Amino acid sequence: MSHLAYLIPAWILLVGVYGIVTSRNLVHAVVCLSVAQSATYVLLLMIGYRRHATAPVFSDVKPTGNVVDPVVQALTLTDIVVGATVTALLLALTVQVAKRRGTVDPDRLRSLEP
Amino acid sequence: MSPRGRLIVFLFGGAGLAVLFVLATGHLPDFGGSWHPYGERTVSNALLRQTPNVVSSINFDQRAFDTLGEELILMASALAAVVVLRGVRAEQEEDAGAHAYGPAEVFDALRITGYLLLPVTLVAGVYIVAHGYLSPGGGFQGGIVLGSAIHLIYLAGDYPALARVRPVPMFESGEAVAAGVFVLLAVAVTGHVTAMNAAVGLEVGCAVVLVLARFFDQALLVRTSS
Amino acid sequence: MADPVVVAALLLTAFMATAVVLTRDPACQAIVLSAYGLVLGILFVVLQAPDVAMSQAAVGTVVVPLIVILAIHAIRRHHIRSSGDGDAP
Repeated sequence: MSHLAYLIPAWILLVGVYGIVTSRNLVHAVVCLSVAQSATYVLLLMIGYRRHATAPVFSDVKPTGNVVDPVVQALTLTDIVVGATVTALLLALTVQVAKRRGTVDPDRLRSLEP
Repeated sequence: MSPRGRLIVFLFGGAGLAVLFVLATGHLPDFGGSWHPYGERTVSNALLRQTPNVVSSINFDQRAFDTLGEELILMASALAAVVVLRGVRAEQEEDAGAHAYGPAEVFDALRITGYLLLPVTLVAGVYIVAHGYLSPGGGFQGGIVLGSAIHLIYLAGDYPALARVRPVPMFESGEAVAAGVFVLLAVAVTGHVTAMNAAVGLEVGCAVVLVLARFFDQALLVRTSS
Repeated sequence: MADPVVVAALLLTAFMATAVVLTRDPACQAIVLSAYGLVLGILFVVLQAPDVAMSQAAVGTVVVPLIVILAIHAIRRHHIRSSGDGDAP
């Protein structure tokens, strides 16, 4: 079972890329890219998980050694916020594309010049 | 390439990626296993440095240079989003006052909830930033909460109210100053988790407000003048 | 957390991710994305990561869907005619 669990992030990643490939609207494609990014967060946290362990915060419990891995949590935490700003940048580009070219359909945006 | 062709290429590529992924996960440690050597060392280090929240200790103390890089990425992409949405000659921006609508057009329940929740959310955001070294929280989370709390004014009121409360130049200066302070703290004075939390919280909050301000302008105010 | 809870949270996440991708209309997709952000936050709590869950709940349920909806509104405002699903000006 333990290695089957790692297939969930793979599924999320492939589903996100499938969404980008078959997208007919650039905003939909950007959101699917964000879903594909979230697959990496899930995979990182699954690698750091430890059965019957607690969160790596000792504000109210005695410090023990039985905690999940805090390093991957530190990586994922900043990654989420930075990923949101990059999504914002992509959506800003989409808005400008819509204004310049009049469409957000990737199939109608084939060339660089209108 | 036609959409069908793209889909077929993706199916081949996706199948290949899936096979490689399954082969790779065979070599990963068991899910829920107990072999985390790096993690165990960081936990003992964090307790030595008197920071009960180990994740904050890693972010701002043990691996502060990584967070410095992430912080600069965040500032750069927020700056890029703001620059991409700048007004050009062919466009003009309507006055925010043209989008005022009376208090009767918003439901009373929404208005009251917004007004009541706004101070609570702001205080919660400051609490999350300040207690980042102690309990779950910190600069990134608290900054996002602060940055999105201000927009309750837009929900409870109207756009001119929001425009009055967030003067954009003040937020731009705040973001720049906070980023500079964080760079100094990360390079020169390492390990002061609360000060770094505060700098990051201010920076992330201002970045969120600035990016949302540009998007609001594009969605509500800007129009082509041709 | 007990194993069944972790497995249930993982399966729910995979289901919600599929739902986000299969929602073609961007305005509807923003709402489903907000729900997906909440489900991811629940998964992160189940995996004993409260900091990450807090970050994800704040970002994925509020900030990103808001930006998506503002972008859709900005695109429609300029009277764009696009052939995406349900995107009439």
